[in-house]
Amino acid sequence: MKRFFGHLILWSYAVVALAPLVVMVLDSLRPNAEVLAHPLALPRSLDFSSYSTAWTQASFSVYVRNSFAVTVGAVALDVLVSLPAAYILGRRRFRGSGVLIAYFLAGLMLPVRLGILPIFYLLGSIGLVDSRLGLMLVYAAGGVPFSIFILSAFFRGLPAELEEAARIDGAGEFRIFARVMTPLVKPAIATVVVFRFVPLWNDFFFPLVLLRTTDRYTLPVGLTQFFGEFQTNWSALFAGLVIATVPLVVLFLVATKQIVEGLTAGMGR
Amino acid sequence: MVQAVTKGSSTRRRGRVWFLLPAFLLYTVFAVYPLVSALADSFWTWEGTARGGFAGARNFTSLFTTFPLNQQLLPAFWHTVAFFVGTMVVQNTFGLLVAVLLVELPRARRFLRTVYTVPYLIGGLVVGYLWSLLLSPAFGPLNAGLHAAGLGSLARPWLGDPATALPVVILVNAWQYLGFPVLLFGAALAGLPPEYGEAARVDGASAGQRFFRVTLPLLLPSIGVVTILTFIGSMNTFELVYSLEGAQGNQPTGPGGATDVLGLIFYRVAFQEGGSNAIGLSSALAVLLFVVTFGIAVAANRVVRRRTA
Repeated sequence: MKRFFGHLILWSYAVVALAPLVVMVLDSLRPNAEVLAHPLALPRSLDFSSYSTAWTQASFSVYVRNSFAVTVGAVALDVLVSLPAAYILGRRRFRGSGVLIAYFLAGLMLPVRLGILPIFYLLGSIGLVDSRLGLMLVYAAGGVPFSIFILSAFFRGLPAELEEAARIDGAGEFRIFARVMTPLVKPAIATVVVFRFVPLWNDFFFPLVLLRTTDRYTLPVGLTQFFGEFQTNWSALFAGLVIATVPLVVLFLVATKQIVEGLTAGMGR
Repeated sequence: MVQAVTKGSSTRRRGRVWFLLPAFLLYTVFAVYPLVSALADSFWTWEGTARGGFAGARNFTSLFTTFPLNQQLLPAFWHTVAFFVGTMVVQNTFGLLVAVLLVELPRARRFLRTVYTVPYLIGGLVVGYLWSLLLSPAFGPLNAGLHAAGLGSLARPWLGDPATALPVVILVNAWQYLGFPVLLFGAALAGLPPEYGEAARVDGASAGQRFFRVTLPLLLPSIGVVTILTFIGSMNTFELVYSLEGAQGNQPTGPGGATDVLGLIFYRVAFQEGGSNAIGLSSALAVLLFVVTFGIAVAANRVVRRRTA
């Protein structure tokens, strides 16, 4: 009996959670006239024309490409600079190392977007307003605290013997870091990559302020432009939303573990 | 903790700089400097991008005395509080219940967890645009469904009516974020030592007793974390309200200022309504937001840790 109610609650809420998304997918597959006449109905046949409308006419192909470039570039840069720093901070004690760790980890609590105006003028002074590279730099910088937090904890947990053995074999610091230790923290790198990907892919605030040219828009700003221009083409609007959603659903399916790990790592702050 | 070699040759120590420098520079230039700069800017008067005289606390008092900000800031604060409280209550009650029930459903767990989590992953902007269509007065599926079910009298412009706008936006937010406590509590529940529950069961404790006396106290740290992160998230809410109601909150269909939140006000002051002193005013607001968010989050974190240490 108790189990029955448990199932009832879980499956009922699954309907609540899923219904809006199901409507979104179904309406994206129906011609617009039908969507407006009968908002709640099944498609009579699968009509993918709204996807081509969104993809080509509304430049979603461009937005998706920009979003991928900016997100992947930012995460890559973030990991690239954070790895060596996390290695030293996780495994070496030196004068000022405690302060340095605190300096980086304070960033976990700093809401970077409150610095948007100085960021805007800073990027302006180096010619990087309305630039995907500028956006990438801001994103990568905002990710450094989380990356160092996760990666340094992992580096710290690796046994010292590995390092000593490599050192006796004559390997230098960089070689030990790159060839011996970094391969061992791959799981942590995966967590950082996946967990940073999601908020950057979704971010709207920074591109809204920093990007001006449609060709450079990432998905969220593109979506906003699209909702203004295609107000009456609901079928296409739904298709655009599906396009923005699919990559994250796929990411979650292949990397549930990393997302949960990233979330629970936040508990240790 | 493993303590690695501490003393190396001086070349090795000099080498360290190169390991640390890239991260240090990137983080300092594009994250720390802008925030420090905003703090400094808040104490000066600005004419566009030109810095005028020292303003002391004048920008801060102007936030509460210049029209239209003085009319908007306090309501936006309370809307943000309602946002936080509403979302947090749903997460720590219903979200917790769902996470606990999922433990007993090993086969469907993966599927259900994905279903609950998708809205959380796709982010506030997409969620907001999706619901703006679903809740639209004329063509929206929700009102259509109500009419079809003979409940047409309940249909209304959900997002345009100032009476329903804020509660509806908060509900959408709670809907979006339910996956977050489900994942977090799920992970915490999976990490609990099963012996505790077993021991209580052997002692004849009912399921309810086991939950409230054994599981719940062990979950308190997670509840604390969910609450703190929801608070930080609510203070930064921007995308969802922007996409549901527009930046002004009073677009043709919008409900006046009924859904203004602090994150939205910050954007408007910085980029739309700040006037010639936009830099001064928005920096002052940024400093206030930061102090409130950071202060409360740190204090709450202390309490959670002390309670559970």
